[in-house]
Amino acid sequence: MDTLVAQYSRPAYQQNNALAEEEQQDLLDGVPGASNLSLKFAMPPVAHPSAWLRAVSDDRSNPSCPIKIAHGTTTLAFRFQGGIIVATDSRATAGNWIASQTVKKVIEINSDLLGTMAGGAADCQYWLAWLGMQCRLHELRHKRRISVAAASKILANLVYQYKGMGLSMGTMCAGVTKEEGPALYYIDSDGTRLAGNLFCVGSGQTFAYGVLDAEYRYDLTTEEALELGSRSILAATHRDAYSGGFINLYHVKESGWEKHGFSDTNPIFWKTKLEKGEFSNVTSSFSERV
Amino acid sequence: MEVLLGITGKDFTLIAASKAAMRGATILKASDDKTRQLNKHTLMAFSGEAGDTVQFAEYIQANAQLYSMRNETDLSPSALANFVRGELAHSLRSRKPYNVNLLLGGVDPITHKPSLYWLDYLAALAPLPYAAHGYAQYYCLSILDKHHHPDITLGQGIKLLTLCTDELKRRLPVDFKGMTVKAVTKDGIVDIEFDDDKVVKSA
Repeated sequence: MDTLVAQYSRPAYQQNNALAEEEQQDLLDGVPGASNLSLKFAMPPVAHPSAWLRAVSDDRSNPSCPIKIAHGTTTLAFRFQGGIIVATDSRATAGNWIASQTVKKVIEINSDLLGTMAGGAADCQYWLAWLGMQCRLHELRHKRRISVAAASKILANLVYQYKGMGLSMGTMCAGVTKEEGPALYYIDSDGTRLAGNLFCVGSGQTFAYGVLDAEYRYDLTTEEALELGSRSILAATHRDAYSGGFINLYHVKESGWEKHGFSDTNPIFWKTKLEKGEFSNVTSSFSERV
Repeated sequence: MEVLLGITGKDFTLIAASKAAMRGATILKASDDKTRQLNKHTLMAFSGEAGDTVQFAEYIQANAQLYSMRNETDLSPSALANFVRGELAHSLRSRKPYNVNLLLGGVDPITHKPSLYWLDYLAALAPLPYAAHGYAQYYCLSILDKHHHPDITLGQGIKLLTLCTDELKRRLPVDFKGMTVKAVTKDGIVDIEFDDDKVVKSA
């Protein structure tokens, strides 16, 4: 009897594996040497791993929580006549601490697919790299490039399996393929997956939306589109304390993506202010008026 | 989800406030005026806790008018802003503080200089070229950072305001029923006709 009970009652942390063993095997089937690519994660040895994670890492409800997950970002991507523009800032924050000013938040999945990173830095980095692997496997298995729709759905299905277990990511997948043309998808850790023309993700999203929506048109020229993408990130880095550093700019077109620099926001801000007269609130003249 | 916006220009200050009066999940009134005139060339817009807002605004309005009657001269916008800040700071340290956020726009009666003051319920006071309260800050300040210049005309100011309200219609999940818009100029306060019926489509 004891052996029977032991067989069906394992500690909670062993039961919560998101992927059953057979499912993992299905994912790895037919891939030589893939047996060591286990998707089994070590769970914390507590009764409710997700509740425990929330308790120790939720900065908002408990500012003195012991684990500070890197958050806070501005990322945007939009479709236009000449392809897709992808732009991000480069700041990583853990609570009030700026952990880095030089993060690469655009992940080059392959030569014509890009992913963006918002939310938990580790989650995004790991799972987008994993998505890159899945896309390559698709290529090897089917002898053709994966569509953006399929790639984004692999990620969406993956994060959905982990729903409620504390994953935190808001990403966009952008790419141009023969079958789809320019395609843009938004995927977040709730399991939402949306196709669209224009998305901004992260704590600075509203500021970027403000500038982008006001002047967005589908028939923007490539120069106008690059400038608008860059200016929208600048707007967000100016108003959102959790965004800043460098502007990372990409243009995705039929021949693959093209990088348009990783540029420091500080000189761009002063150049924009002094040459175009924008940011008129940044002045010493108002301190006298009170 | 109340919206307050203020923009200064060459010779005017624009004040705009959303028309919806909301309680919980209900819109009680779609033509609410969340502004009070303090004197000939000073206007105050308010948002915050139901009840507190109008009580506080009308208390300030009454005191501004009392000053004008007693002294046969109006307080300047900056004097009023500092008076309001004082009242708010006093209230903050009482048993039941007023929970009110304000924008105070005016044109100085002597120098004709336009001014705009941003005050929150914690009695912080900031003179600014353009300002917003509530969620509007998140959507509109980046637009104003880019498109505002200190020497714009009233027409350009209204265009700029339309740019802001279009974005709010596009992205705010709740309908705020359009805006009441008023302009403070050296000749007094003028109601501005503002098109609320335009439907804004998302990209």
